[in-house]
Amino acid sequence: MSEFKQTFNSSLGKKLIMALTGLFLCTFLIVHLGGNLLLFRNDDGFGFNLYANFLTHFPPIEVIAYLLYLSILVHALYALILTIKNRKSRPVSYATVNKSPATWSSKNMGLLGSILFLFIVIHMSDFWFAYKYSHKIVYKEYRTDLATDKTTSVAYNPVTPDFEKSVSVENNVEIVRVKDLHARVANSFSNLLYVIFYVIAMFAVSFHLLHGFQSAFRTLGWVHRKYTPIVYAIGTWLFAVIIPIGFAAMPVVYYLQSIGK
Amino acid sequence: MSTGNMNLTLKVWRQKNAQTKGAFVTYKAEGISPDMSFLEMLDVVNESLILKGEEPIHFDHDCREGICGMCSLYINGHPHGPKNAITTCQLHMRTFHDGEIIVIEPWRAAAFPVVKDLAVDRSAFDRIQQAGGFVSVNTGVTIDANSIPIPKVIADEAFNSATCIGCGACVAACKNASAMLFVSAKVTQLGMLPQGQPERYSRVQAMVAQMDAEGFGNCTNTGACEAECPKEIKMTNISRMNNDYFSAKLFREEATHDHAAGE
Repeated sequence: MSEFKQTFNSSLGKKLIMALTGLFLCTFLIVHLGGNLLLFRNDDGFGFNLYANFLTHFPPIEVIAYLLYLSILVHALYALILTIKNRKSRPVSYATVNKSPATWSSKNMGLLGSILFLFIVIHMSDFWFAYKYSHKIVYKEYRTDLATDKTTSVAYNPVTPDFEKSVSVENNVEIVRVKDLHARVANSFSNLLYVIFYVIAMFAVSFHLLHGFQSAFRTLGWVHRKYTPIVYAIGTWLFAVIIPIGFAAMPVVYYLQSIGK
Repeated sequence: MSTGNMNLTLKVWRQKNAQTKGAFVTYKAEGISPDMSFLEMLDVVNESLILKGEEPIHFDHDCREGICGMCSLYINGHPHGPKNAITTCQLHMRTFHDGEIIVIEPWRAAAFPVVKDLAVDRSAFDRIQQAGGFVSVNTGVTIDANSIPIPKVIADEAFNSATCIGCGACVAACKNASAMLFVSAKVTQLGMLPQGQPERYSRVQAMVAQMDAEGFGNCTNTGACEAECPKEIKMTNISRMNNDYFSAKLFREEATHDHAAGE
């Protein structure tokens, strides 16, 4: 046990924890973006609400979700521990600005990470917490005519708002009643300040991962002439461009739709 | 003493010893030849200080031909000055322009305490090296140098890492004052070669442990070390060191397994 502790208390051990939790969070982003693309379906949130319901009620996903929350906390905690140690390693700072060439993002991971942590706290309290632990989320009823496959939606006010989802079939019409997270998303994204905050946070994601993704591979020791260019390409194009743009598009599109109404 | 036509203003860090606080003192460097090295320019300034009865500026130097790793100096925000792949002794005054203000600081790191002025104590590097930066060889007759075949790629990589002169510019450049470029170069130069295999996994653990004990910071892969290294040591060494370290910690045997109970 002491050898185990010694390994993870070493400088490289702490970096290993940062790299592994960071990469795990990266994989989550892909899944999160993929699922949330349902927001772009023009179905009044039918697909998105069912997806939100599935995520919160499928046990394997719940296990992974708690691993995810743990990873966020461990990643932030170790970043803090490492930063304090790094500051202590240079008690007297230079008078001149360090002109050593290094990318802006690599020098500002702590700032970017702090923005992201603030974002995650606000994001989770507004959606995840509100969805799971409050009665702030209203319900919606989707009626699908099984003959024509047309879906219509109406607001639904249950007598006791303590169920998550109900499915019933009456007169060849499938009635799905589910918590309407979509309405909360649309409502939040009609607030300009909220949209700006989300877009700034996605810039932070972009620059954090522009350095972080490839840096994690370096820390793990997985650097090779053959595949390092691929790691850089994925880190740049997928994690620093496509994913942040995909996420930022959601508040922007919903805001534009809200002013069009 | 050759004289030239450059007049410079120097802001030099003066500090009596590790216990006292230091401060910048401004000096005029006059009649400097552009062909002087940076250290020769400091020699000229020191001569004038000595003539005035003042304490000369202390700085480390030895070979003055760029191979010993003794000179240091953080000049205008760059370890070893603004030019790439050279040490301060190989930096010439023609790199600067007449009338320029030059700020000269010591390496700043908790593990490199100031001895006096610009000279810092880099014995932390020696202790890291002593912890594992060696190979064991049998005494007796000298064996033929090429008796063990080594692929050229491996020999070249090991040699490139072995060119590290241990000056500490990587620590000085790093925003975290991390020594990982130095340690990884030392780990790599031995760990890649067949002669270094017996101690390969104990070496990396011992050297990393000593590095941590000395109080260096942690690598964040910014790459400032690689850019400022006078010997152009590559950051791939850090990944190689990490790989060996994790491999040592997670997959290598360090003790024989005990027999199961009852055997």
